[in-house]
Amino acid sequence: MSAIQTVVKEKQKLSLDKDVQEESIISAKGLNLWYGNDQALKNINLEIPEKQVTAIIGPSGCGKSTFLKTVNRMVELVPIVKINGNIDYHGVNIFDSKVNLVELRSSVGMVFQKPNPFPKSIFDNIAFGPRVHGIKKKAELTKIVEKSLRASGLWDEVKDRLGESALGLSGGQQQRLCIARCLAVEPEVILMDEPTSALDPKSTLKVEELIQELKEKYSIIIVTHNMQQAARISDKTAFFLNGEVVEFDNTDKIFSNPTDKRTEDYITGRFG
Amino acid sequence: MSKQLEQKLWFTICGAFAFFTIVALGLLLFSIIREGAHVISWSFITQPPQRNMTEGGVWPALVGTFYVASLTIIISVPVGIGAAIYLNEYATQGPLVRVIRMSIRNLAGVPSIVYGLFGLAIFASFLKIGVGLITAAITLAIMVLPWVITASEEALKSVPTSFREGGLALGATKWQTIRQLVLPSAIPGMATGSILGLARAAGETAPIILTGAAYFSRNLPTSLTDNFMALPYHLYILATQHAQASAVRPIAYGTALVLIMLVILLNMFAILLRNYYRKKNEVL
Repeated sequence: MSAIQTVVKEKQKLSLDKDVQEESIISAKGLNLWYGNDQALKNINLEIPEKQVTAIIGPSGCGKSTFLKTVNRMVELVPIVKINGNIDYHGVNIFDSKVNLVELRSSVGMVFQKPNPFPKSIFDNIAFGPRVHGIKKKAELTKIVEKSLRASGLWDEVKDRLGESALGLSGGQQQRLCIARCLAVEPEVILMDEPTSALDPKSTLKVEELIQELKEKYSIIIVTHNMQQAARISDKTAFFLNGEVVEFDNTDKIFSNPTDKRTEDYITGRFG
Repeated sequence: MSKQLEQKLWFTICGAFAFFTIVALGLLLFSIIREGAHVISWSFITQPPQRNMTEGGVWPALVGTFYVASLTIIISVPVGIGAAIYLNEYATQGPLVRVIRMSIRNLAGVPSIVYGLFGLAIFASFLKIGVGLITAAITLAIMVLPWVITASEEALKSVPTSFREGGLALGATKWQTIRQLVLPSAIPGMATGSILGLARAAGETAPIILTGAAYFSRNLPTSLTDNFMALPYHLYILATQHAQASAVRPIAYGTALVLIMLVILLNMFAILLRNYYRKKNEVL
């Protein structure tokens, strides 16, 4: 088989895949991002599928966290950021001037690398989001708090001490609290930035199980340093290197039969 | 000289210098307490000066200082905190912010008598408020503003970025995030800084002489434009302007003691407040 034939066959396979694929909820198109003069993202094109877990892997400084923070435009907190290209969310470019940041961040939630509970009670942590969005009735808030804590698997552990400070929880509990806090705003997409890197193995396992449950209702993008984690929990994996997407495919494919030599080198631990 | 000996020598010298500050404060307090303690009594605190200030106490001066200091705080704290929030949370760092910061630093360096002249010229004469409590308080408020702003900015800076990110990522507006997450954590630091500024304002003489402090006033001030007696000015009069300066020396020392106790109490209150919140935040 000639080289051209191989390419054609690949393309056919790709388009076949595409037909089977579900709708993508977020798609990056020709996305470039600079911190001052340093280009951190180069021509990113990614289709994030709905209600699946998409993992982003790659060595430190490859732009994976930057990409994640671009999806809810938190990256713009850095004053020297310049962006061009599109990220479409339900077909609307999130950089459009008509897009309301409050609405965007309410439907695209985020869980951070280090658990960041507020110095408030467990209840007030969860109720913070609903409150800033205008829900005032105690009964309604109570319902949301319970629902969110149940969904994050924390309810049974904290139901008797909702009034106590969230800072008294263990690291793993704090991270699940942050996930619950994010769920309380009823997002569609959840961005997770290495959510288990600060946790012990047992807590990590709990959070991973939680992610598996959450994907029934939510579309999840997770940045992770841990390749086993990506292999365990994700449906799709994107491999980032030096600000570019080297490969984006089904997780099974990436970890068993990567197309690009660089992907193979990275997942087999030859660098990174 | 061996290295060990050299090191020991330098540590001893540095230690002696550090010890010197304690000796300075100790001597100051000791001399004031020795000369003034026997004058202090309940009636000294609660009586007005009598017989041309040769007898009686400091009550109107104490109350006047309390009034002017309270007004100073009421004016300077909102302005200072607002400015700090703008500078630290909203403003894009650029030429404008640099100019504002430079102004604040220069404001801190202006001699206090110049504030007095400024207050007299602008508020008393130009704006026709006249001299009195409110003019003195506005003048003092501008004087302590740099302290309040700097302390508030430091307090805001010490709030972890993760609170701000967490709030914004949940779809809170910038103001909601500041109001509900950043400010509650910053307020202890702001309060501490403001009280230290207040302690400074309470002890100032020059600005209030020109803007509303009275040589003697039989009555306590009842309106914002009334003249008032104040401890530092009263002390100045007793020590240097009184016809029988040597006869009223004990009363002057007593007044000094009351003033210094007031300032120390304020400072201690600031420290206790800071410790209280620090402990509370650790538990939380």
